[in-house]
Amino acid sequence: MNDREPNQKESKESVNDAVPRARKVDDQQLRVSKIRDGTVIDHLTAGEALNVLAILGIDGSSGEGVSVGMNVISDRLGRKDIVKVEDRELSQSEVDVLAVIAPEATINIIRDYAVVDKKRIERPTAVTGLLFCPNRNCITNANEPINTRFIVLDEGLQCDYCGSIVRESEVPTYLDVA
Amino acid sequence: MHQDHLLSTTQLSREDIETILDRAAAIEMNPDGWEAQYSGTVLGLCFFEPSTRTRMSFDAAMKRLGGRTIDMGSVDNSSISKGETLADTVRVIAGYADAIVLRHPSDGAAKLDDEFVDIPVINAGDGAGQHPTQTLLDLYTMRENVGLDEITVGIAGDLKYGRTVHSLAAALSNFDVRQHFISPESLQLPRNIRYDLHDSGSQVREHTDIESILPELDVLYVTRIQRERFPDENEYQRVAGQYRVDTDILSHADNNLTVMHPLPRVDEIAPEVDTTEHAAYFEQAHNGVPVRMALLDALIGRAK
Repeated sequence: MNDREPNQKESKESVNDAVPRARKVDDQQLRVSKIRDGTVIDHLTAGEALNVLAILGIDGSSGEGVSVGMNVISDRLGRKDIVKVEDRELSQSEVDVLAVIAPEATINIIRDYAVVDKKRIERPTAVTGLLFCPNRNCITNANEPINTRFIVLDEGLQCDYCGSIVRESEVPTYLDVA
Repeated sequence: MHQDHLLSTTQLSREDIETILDRAAAIEMNPDGWEAQYSGTVLGLCFFEPSTRTRMSFDAAMKRLGGRTIDMGSVDNSSISKGETLADTVRVIAGYADAIVLRHPSDGAAKLDDEFVDIPVINAGDGAGQHPTQTLLDLYTMRENVGLDEITVGIAGDLKYGRTVHSLAAALSNFDVRQHFISPESLQLPRNIRYDLHDSGSQVREHTDIESILPELDVLYVTRIQRERFPDENEYQRVAGQYRVDTDILSHADNNLTVMHPLPRVDEIAPEVDTTEHAAYFEQAHNGVPVRMALLDALIGRAK
């Protein structure tokens, strides 16, 4: 779990800066444009962007602009993904659910092109409806009117119904985001 | 107990367990003094899987406390066969009864029930998950025979799918008990049970044969290795034979070894063992009534 504040260099790496400073940033901005209002989810592990959108239920169907950068060069991560969602400010509880797949992510709330709030992901004690249980015999995989619920452990998650454990490395396999 | 339901032994503290066992002992000492306690109380028996001992002992326990039982009968003759969800079934039955006893083939089914009804729910076995009331009578039997501290217990058989094993291992972690787990490699404890045991500070000691650890044991808890767990009949026969307990094997055991089994047995324990001083499995089954009377008293008595 990353519990440190983003340093100055890292925060400057945000692709929502108004003024380009280097070729690398220029290149990124060509691919992923600035947004006026909304949320930038940065420093995602490369390859996780689409999972993040799925977890957050963001598919563009409600009209919001969504920009996705994948495998963007990052000083901190080597390669990273980045997601920008226009005209929507994610709440703390919405971003906390990302802890199980993107604990290193940073979330910037943008208003009029400026970062007005930085949220740190806090590890939740439980996540609901995020994963399906790997135990096929679990009652959550039967046709019952319930959501899955997993207790968040230090290195994984545990089904609150049957006790099955999902390691963090296995989480993408069991995301219930179809 | 802090809650008015019993879903898993992981929710039980040592104090919770000892309170129920003490109450069961008092009931066993004076079984007729409780008959008027629960006149008018109705216990709903919801068994979605076959059961003999658990169903009948709950029935007997409620009636010995002065109450009555209603039984949903077999799944084939119920609304479940029409596709009704478990959530709907238990919500309806909750209007007929003061508490529900549930057995279901899906892991976590009792947890679901607890979320949909306001009356006490007792898990009588959920898939390969838990069977906490079996554990309470197991502990009662163990306490009567060898005590519950400074003992060594070997649990043998199907440790992967055996819900009685999962419940027992969790409950024993509350006591000063050395636990040894004896099984073929393909039927060793599942990951979540290992995690819970480690989390509770218990050490998981595993063996693939009984003989190597038998002389150290105060209790040998035998469970059935189910034929359907093996794709090949010959492999099943070979493995099942390795874990069969007979008087030859018991000649290597301590004279005071207590042999237990949740029953039904098939051929894990030879009939010749029944008449030895080791055999405690029928006594164990009989203890189901006072222990379940004590549990009903604790749960329904509090809810009333």
